[in-house]
Amino acid sequence: MTVTDVLVCALGAVSLGAAIRVVTTNQIVRAGLWLVVALGALAGVYLVLTAELLAWVQVLIYVGAVVVLMLFAVMLTRAPIGRSDDLDRPRLPAILVGGGAGLGLAAVLADAYRWSYIGLSGVEPGNAEALGREVFTGWALPFEVLSVLLLAALVGAIAISRPEVGERREES
Amino acid sequence: MTPEYYLVLAAVLFTIGAVGVLIRRNAIVVFMCVELMLNAANLTLVTFARINGSLDGQIMAFFVMVVAAAEVVVGLAIIMSIFRSRRSASVDDANLLKY
Repeated sequence: MTVTDVLVCALGAVSLGAAIRVVTTNQIVRAGLWLVVALGALAGVYLVLTAELLAWVQVLIYVGAVVVLMLFAVMLTRAPIGRSDDLDRPRLPAILVGGGAGLGLAAVLADAYRWSYIGLSGVEPGNAEALGREVFTGWALPFEVLSVLLLAALVGAIAISRPEVGERREES
Repeated sequence: MTPEYYLVLAAVLFTIGAVGVLIRRNAIVVFMCVELMLNAANLTLVTFARINGSLDGQIMAFFVMVVAAAEVVVGLAIIMSIFRSRRSASVDDANLLKY
């Protein structure tokens, strides 16, 4: 095992443990905080894969924005926050279905590469300069389409969450 | 590097996310599990980019993150509006599509 393999095993163990806590804990806020740990460890894995820009974007978007947004949603929907025992459905069928999917995926991916070793010399690191050059040359059209998608999502979120036109705002 | 570690990690992470989506009842926790699944897919994309020595996979992972952000914004708005009309954020209570 090389240094990168040891690093990725350690970070992967952290990420998997935190992900299991997200799924099993019965306090919603703690699920959100464990999600921060899982996604942060994944950012570390991206760094090991030399995807520098992606690692920082992961920290900014997921840890910084998405989790904060979810915690706000938790506060808006469950004001007295604490232990809640009504979070789980019957577990067995879900574990069967999910475990089958995961085993199948792992088998396919493991069969595709068969523990081969791939040399890393001569691979360009994914820093901001290289990714920016790629995005604005080969991927310019998808980039523009995505910006329109983001704008549509913003407008849609505002349109969904505001009260109906003509409906009287209830006094509280 | 050995790509198996990354790929098996991604597969197991995807499994945990899928099980979470199936067993959790609160819509926000379901969203968190969807994020886990999207991140597992991102990890495979970055790994394949590394294997092939090109940056295309990283750019796709970048775009997946943007789409995930848009999905969270719209999804949380929908959860809020369901919560306002039904006083509940449980996915079992949002059964409007049943007869």
